[in-house]
Amino acid sequence: MKNPRVGIIGIGQSAFKPRRDDASYPDLVREAVVKAMAGPELEFDDIDAIVYSLSPDAMVGIGNAERLGVDAVGGRNKRFLRINTGGATGISSVAAAYYHIASGASDCVMTAGADKVGECGDSQTVLNKIWDPIYERPLPLGTITMLAMSAVRYMEKYGMTQEDMAHVVVKNRYHASLNANAHLRKTTTVEEVMNSRMISWPIKLMDCCPQSSGGGAMVLASEKYIKDRKLDAVWITGLGHCSESYYIGDRMGNGFTADHADAFALKGAFERAYRMANITDPQKQVHVAELYAPFSNTEFHAIEAAGLAGLGESISQLKDGRFTLGGEIPVNTSGGTLCTNAIAVTAMIRVAEVALQVWGRAGEHQVKGARVGIANGNGGDHQFFGTMVVES
Amino acid sequence: MELLKRREAWNINYNHALGETASWFYVQIRDHAKIYGRRCGATGRVLVPPRAFSDQTLEPTTEWVEVGPGGKIETFTIVYEPFQGLPDPPYAFGYVLLDGADTAIGGFFKGVDLTDPAAAAKLLKMGTRVTTRFAEKRIGDVLDFWFEPDAK
Repeated sequence: MKNPRVGIIGIGQSAFKPRRDDASYPDLVREAVVKAMAGPELEFDDIDAIVYSLSPDAMVGIGNAERLGVDAVGGRNKRFLRINTGGATGISSVAAAYYHIASGASDCVMTAGADKVGECGDSQTVLNKIWDPIYERPLPLGTITMLAMSAVRYMEKYGMTQEDMAHVVVKNRYHASLNANAHLRKTTTVEEVMNSRMISWPIKLMDCCPQSSGGGAMVLASEKYIKDRKLDAVWITGLGHCSESYYIGDRMGNGFTADHADAFALKGAFERAYRMANITDPQKQVHVAELYAPFSNTEFHAIEAAGLAGLGESISQLKDGRFTLGGEIPVNTSGGTLCTNAIAVTAMIRVAEVALQVWGRAGEHQVKGARVGIANGNGGDHQFFGTMVVES
Repeated sequence: MELLKRREAWNINYNHALGETASWFYVQIRDHAKIYGRRCGATGRVLVPPRAFSDQTLEPTTEWVEVGPGGKIETFTIVYEPFQGLPDPPYAFGYVLLDGADTAIGGFFKGVDLTDPAAAAKLLKMGTRVTTRFAEKRIGDVLDFWFEPDAK
């Protein structure tokens, strides 16, 4: 089957910050929407459908906040769908926008959302509630502890150290210092990361993403729409999703199919996207990657799941600069999720950032000559993985 | 300009029904201080905590199997930061493969000095043998039991 081409024609994102007391939740959604529509000079009437990107309601403290956001996206009289796959929400939303167009149901679709994580006081309290109330909720599980337990297994399996984790932070903070939209933009050193306080062994404060506020929006259109209107676009040439079974404890012990150390289903999701985009050797064909990694340790298994390094091999390659701007395959050139995490749109920003890269519009953090980029998002306790290939 | 805020707290009570499988499991813990898993009829794998169907074969599980009280640590973390509504730090918890089980169950680790993170992490290293301990007063909950590393 020949895949119908779907292009990205508009991108909008906030300059992400710890708080945005100047903007209500719908104001923040609208901020990104206006930016995304300004590039291709679209009117609200040009857009057929809205995919609303919104992860757990409790993060913004508004039940079904897509209702409150419906006017900010100009949703009246349009097809409207809310997507929530946890941390993967943003990329799942872009995928749903893609499906609207690829199915022939719509020609021009907007996906948008925002988050104000700083307003919930403590995201881990909200995220603890994603666990099964029967066997797991009495335990103080959160996304930090869940991924700290992945780090412990990854350390045992591949020999990762806390210093190795710190190198990820140093790299991403350097990238973020070049990206005006990133939340944490101060460069740092391995020593500074190592001296930051222990949060959840082996994850220290500076190994953690911040709680960000800001919005994101993207407009996608069919090839015909883009050509008829002579619009500028970059193209989604592959996309994939893959899911993992529920219990963390099933990813260890005897006879497991996926190890909690790795991101097994993410590998499956990338394989699907690569197959669609005819990428047979990602290490040679991919020029830039935005990989969802909210804690420093998780960037290693993400790089490996994306096929950019063999299992356990990303550790030394990262230290050698292979994934730094100017290196062979720069990873998280925006600073990534580690430097900015407005959860509802984080995985959308991963797609938006590689789109800007292959468009040549990434500004100071541009990868020279990048034509093929990959992005992903992870949701739940490693349940839902979404991937995308974007090309110029 | 002056920017205002409005404070709000969500406080919702739920009464979650545990269903037949988890109810039986917790009654054994409460009344007999014993942990059971469910065997998958198709593969023989023993799932702990017990489920009505296997995550891999998706077939119903067929029998109860007593597991533990010994086991080994599969992963852990030690938390030094307070979070709203979660226990006061420091505390250690993680997942243990109980003897006779094929999947790991979550629980707290006790009996380890957590003052120094690196030293405590050594005592909870993957593969460390532990024994399940039960609270004297049990209500039928995950917090009725915890794990303590065996003396070396």
